[in-house]
Amino acid sequence: MLITGITTDAAWSGSALAPWLVGIPLLSAAVLLLTGRKSDRWGHWLGVLAPLASLAIGVVLLLNMLGVSADQRSANVSLGQWINAGAFRLDAGFRIDPLSLTFVLLVTFVGTLIHVYSVAYMEHDKDRRRFFAYMNLFVAAMLLLVTANSYLLLFVGWEGVGLASYLLIGFWNHNPVYAVAAKKAFVANRVGDIGLIVAMGLLFTHIGALDFASVDAGAPKLSPGLLTAIGLMLLLAACGKSAQFPLQSWLGDAMAGPTPVSALIHAATMVTAGVYLVVRSNAIFTAAPDARLVVTIVGAISLAFGAIVGCAKDDIKKALAASTMSQIGYMMLAAGLGPIGYAFAIMHLVTHGFFKAGLFLGAGSVMHGMDDQTDMRFYGGIGRTMKITYFTVMAGWLAILGMFPFSGFFSKDPIIESAFVPQDGQTWRAWVFGLVALIGAGVTSFYMSRLFFMTFEGKRRWTTKADGSHQHPHEAPALMTVPMIILAIGSVGLGAFLAIGDRFTTWLEPVTGPHPEGSPVIPAGILIALSLVLVIGAAAFAWSRYAVSEVPVIPPVGTLVTQAARKDLYQDVVNDAALVVPGQMLTRSLVYGDRAVVDGTVSGVAKTTLRVGDLARKVQTGHVRSYAATMTLGVVVLAAVVLILGS
Amino acid sequence: MTLTHYVVLAAILFSIGATTVLVRRNAIIVFMGVELMLNATNLALVTFSRMHGNLTGQVLAFFVMTVAAAEVVIGLAIIISIFRTRRSASVDDVNLLKG
Repeated sequence: MLITGITTDAAWSGSALAPWLVGIPLLSAAVLLLTGRKSDRWGHWLGVLAPLASLAIGVVLLLNMLGVSADQRSANVSLGQWINAGAFRLDAGFRIDPLSLTFVLLVTFVGTLIHVYSVAYMEHDKDRRRFFAYMNLFVAAMLLLVTANSYLLLFVGWEGVGLASYLLIGFWNHNPVYAVAAKKAFVANRVGDIGLIVAMGLLFTHIGALDFASVDAGAPKLSPGLLTAIGLMLLLAACGKSAQFPLQSWLGDAMAGPTPVSALIHAATMVTAGVYLVVRSNAIFTAAPDARLVVTIVGAISLAFGAIVGCAKDDIKKALAASTMSQIGYMMLAAGLGPIGYAFAIMHLVTHGFFKAGLFLGAGSVMHGMDDQTDMRFYGGIGRTMKITYFTVMAGWLAILGMFPFSGFFSKDPIIESAFVPQDGQTWRAWVFGLVALIGAGVTSFYMSRLFFMTFEGKRRWTTKADGSHQHPHEAPALMTVPMIILAIGSVGLGAFLAIGDRFTTWLEPVTGPHPEGSPVIPAGILIALSLVLVIGAAAFAWSRYAVSEVPVIPPVGTLVTQAARKDLYQDVVNDAALVVPGQMLTRSLVYGDRAVVDGTVSGVAKTTLRVGDLARKVQTGHVRSYAATMTLGVVVLAAVVLILGS
Repeated sequence: MTLTHYVVLAAILFSIGATTVLVRRNAIIVFMGVELMLNATNLALVTFSRMHGNLTGQVLAFFVMTVAAAEVVIGLAIIISIFRTRRSASVDDVNLLKG
């Protein structure tokens, strides 16, 4: 790579700071990893400062960008030539536009809060410095992913995110189950990566470039079939990273990591990358309606899948994980709707980032107070002892429900409305996807209320600690509660702030194009009322079941659906039967073939040589006279032959 | 007495030498058999030289004598050395180089 200095084409000042967005957390991670135990005492504060510095740069960029008109906001900050191979030239650089800046601010803001929280949460872990190094690496990789100006550089960040998530999910890898969970996430992500690699190959062969500007310009000229193929490959990549059907299986197991990691994965980094990829590739998806239909279908399936699984999980973190899958399903569904949905997908992503981070940090706080108990059946009545956690989680809970006027209402309702808008004049799509989104909102309300009531309301079902003493849930220290409070404020007000006056859709217009208005098959007013009624009804049902009536400590057997949902709708069974077992059979037969054929040939030759040698050495008797006799005989025979032939 | 008689004599001497080498066990006797074979060869070479009327055979006989002299020196030294360590001069006892 040839760094020729930073060159920018921005119409606003300050864009040359962009490389430091990624550079600072990356440097911090390097320092923390290389200095080793020497930085144990101050390492975590360096780890907090790194995303904070990136946040400051992000804010500077935002203020400068807001100073110019909408059509001048996109900027390409080039670092110099990266690849120069034959006809293919690629510059490494950053693309700073409203979309990437939205992600930068989300990742750094929520990331910083999670880092602060982790200082207290990981206080008793002797590897806290290493934890912060990985967290910084995670943030750096995610920032590279969202600011890259080409698919190839995005892929570097993409893989970096995969690596960091592997390291963090398996952070407590002395527990074999956790190590396996990390491996599972890694492998599932690699499957998605194949999609991105193939998509890049197709783009390279047909457009000859991988930077976003050239691809955006070249995409409309490609044939529809090719665009659909590229779109589907990008979707496969997005499914792997965003834990969408059918690559969702790693998400639940990823709860093996420390809780701040789950917050980071689910709110700011990692799972949002898939949605980013789809929206970033909007030029391709807008021109490929078939690929978009598949995106919508995948979103709808994941939405329903996550919601059903979430209803049956007793582990608080796994229930939240299922809800993430479901909420990302909403975003995917919106992104699949095309220009009408891109901005809503990103808006829901931003508000979701806040309330999901708040919910996860709240769950971490509860676990912190309850001796790392994660089973909600042993919670109950915690709201009375952990007041701050109670209210912050309540804000997140109301936000994810889509309750007016919390932020989820302003980001989820437009998605439901857009889903009800007929696409390409096909009303069946409007009904199918609209109803899935609407009913999904009701189910979301049920399982999130179940989670909230089982944890904070009802009777105390606490168990004794490992040493036999009673549980004494206490409020977490200020380092943990302050980030939770800030996130709760975001959960309350961010949605209204972004939605009022179409502020966010206008902001994203330079990237996603003008936002068309559509008329849903059911009037918008009735839809809002319907969804609110569904949400409140489901929450009331959950209240009666999990707050008023007693929650059994031993899980009841439940219906067949509940049993299936507890087992994640048999996703692991299906994966095992369809992929793991055949894969193992294949490797085993290959190993057998290797031993039998390749090794067999080699050792067969060796054994034959040995046997021939065994036979031949018997001739060497050591008797001089027998050698002499042999020689004499030989000479006589030779002489006889010469005589006979010569005559 | 023609030159053929000399060749026949050489053949007889060579056969006696060869038989000695094959039959006797004592290394000294075997050695003497080898010497007999070499000298039978010399006789044949000299005879052939006479037959063909050139000196090639005689020159070759000189070479054989030289080699035989060197061979006797080294061979006897080996035999004595073996005898000193093994108290035996039998060629059948020296069979360590079997496969």
